[in-house]
Amino acid sequence: MAARFNIVRAARQLTSATRPRPQFACQGWQTQQRQRLFSVSAVLKEKKYTEDHEWIEMSADGKTCTLGISEYAAKALGDVVYIELPQLEMDVSEGDAIGAVESVKSASDILTPISGTVAEVNSELETKPANINKDPEGDAWIAKITVSGEPEGKMMSKEEYTAFTEDA
Amino acid sequence: MASKRAATMLQPAANGLGPPLLRSAWSQKLQYTARALSSQASQPRKAARQSPQQVRYASTETPKEQLGRTGLYELHSKYGAKFVPFGGYSMPVQYSDLSIVDSHNWTREKASLFDVGHMVQHHFSGPGAEAFLERITPSSLSSLPDHQSILSTLLHPNTGGIVDDTVIARLPNKFYVVTNAGCREKDMAYFKEQLETWQSERPDQAVEWTILDGQGLIALQGPLSSQILARVLEDKSVKDLETLYFGQCVFATIKGTDAEVLVSRAGYTGEDGFEISIPSYATEAITQFLLDSAKDELRFAGLGARDTLRLEAGMCLYGHDLDDTTTPVEGALSWIIGKDRRAKGGFYGDSVILQQLKKKSEGGGVSRRRIGLVVEGSPAREGAEIVDEAGEKIGNVTSGCPSPTLKKNIAMGYIKDGMHKAGTEVSVVVRGKKRKAVVTKMPFVPSKYFKQPTTAKA
Repeated sequence: MAARFNIVRAARQLTSATRPRPQFACQGWQTQQRQRLFSVSAVLKEKKYTEDHEWIEMSADGKTCTLGISEYAAKALGDVVYIELPQLEMDVSEGDAIGAVESVKSASDILTPISGTVAEVNSELETKPANINKDPEGDAWIAKITVSGEPEGKMMSKEEYTAFTEDA
Repeated sequence: MASKRAATMLQPAANGLGPPLLRSAWSQKLQYTARALSSQASQPRKAARQSPQQVRYASTETPKEQLGRTGLYELHSKYGAKFVPFGGYSMPVQYSDLSIVDSHNWTREKASLFDVGHMVQHHFSGPGAEAFLERITPSSLSSLPDHQSILSTLLHPNTGGIVDDTVIARLPNKFYVVTNAGCREKDMAYFKEQLETWQSERPDQAVEWTILDGQGLIALQGPLSSQILARVLEDKSVKDLETLYFGQCVFATIKGTDAEVLVSRAGYTGEDGFEISIPSYATEAITQFLLDSAKDELRFAGLGARDTLRLEAGMCLYGHDLDDTTTPVEGALSWIIGKDRRAKGGFYGDSVILQQLKKKSEGGGVSRRRIGLVVEGSPAREGAEIVDEAGEKIGNVTSGCPSPTLKKNIAMGYIKDGMHKAGTEVSVVVRGKKRKAVVTKMPFVPSKYFKQPTTAKA
């Protein structure tokens, strides 16, 4: 099985290689500062998508973001039978696997594109995992995260994401 | 580097660690590497277009080689197939009309048609054929009646490890053997080598080996299979069908054609059904004929449903649930070893296998056994560790999925001898967490074969 995980990791690294990442600690600190800029927060309030098919949406006050998986992902995964939700109050870093979606055909990690603390989880999904096939970008959100930074990775607007999935 | 770190952090608990959304899919199950292109639906357009991108597939094949296509490729496309590389072929994993679960249920309630033309069909004939096949398998072929088939395994000399699992049928004057697509290269080399050895030792016992290249093979599976098949057969063949029982095969003629097909009452779903071997030139036409004559009852089904169906039926997928290191006894396939073979041996690995068949008090037994599991909560997939109460590893899962029929998570795996009894409570580690699991008898879903009535024989 080792081979499989290596491949998965290799794939992860390939996809993350294209993302700009802070190289030094001080850059990380600078990033923290940037979040206070009005223009950046405003941009984040619209729903944004990752290349891994998660979406995030920032609350009006810019402190909490809601995270879920895209309609495209839900459709492609097929019948979802189990959702592993993150632990409440868990500190998460950008790129962490905070949960998983199990469908008949596969198990897929949910990666958070933003760092912070898990403030709330959609526990209804524990008993009704199939909800994620119905309204993945609405009622079937996965977690709310009290953010501690800005996403460093590539985030796409709805239009960009649609183009990305059509391109793929 | 966040994502890298995440992966590293989770590494110690990596059992069942899934890939990110949509990057996984069939990579786990169908033994080709996890490239994004092959992912379920992640890039369907490219896959469907057969873009000339480099592809990697089963390790037994030379990488970068062009994927093969069965004679039904165009027909699959017409029916909205989503293709994945499997066993060196571009094969449908599902079709646009039904999800995997829908297709699975359709098979259990009505009937589905699977293209299994990627599998390798062989003929072995000549005066030495039976003895040769009895050397490389533990089956009693001498007592196998005409037009009867059995599940068997090709064995490695000395170790008794399984080279491949196979179905062997006795036809007049020859044996018809079907082996796995994923083992094509390995099996070819194996047969070649074993035949050379055989011929040098037994020059008077010639064996002729033919591969039925291009021959079509389709599987019609589900409770409505026999009535659907009857619609397309000549009257005489329809009559034959009435007394064709599970494990038997018969040559039949399709209405309005001169094509002779071999119909075997067999399958990989646990349902009643048939595998139909068709001459290359007629494969597409006959398949279309079948689909057209049962428009409301019969649908194409792909590898996705095939996998969940066979797992519910407790059947092995070679390369996952069986491999070169597994013996038939470890693989819970002792039942395929013929009675006379147990007494006399004379097959590859017989000393190992016959010893394993003995009682523990006589130094027999095995250290691990293939078992079924029902897992609570998250489904356990291939590679997940099976642990005991103390958290000690006692085995691992080799196949697993949520069962669409039972609505429970089912899995197959190997467990330490002694823990293999049905009802034994164990745990399976998925994403670093222990999940309760119970050793369960297989098949998980009772088989519904069309068996010969026992009273008729008496």
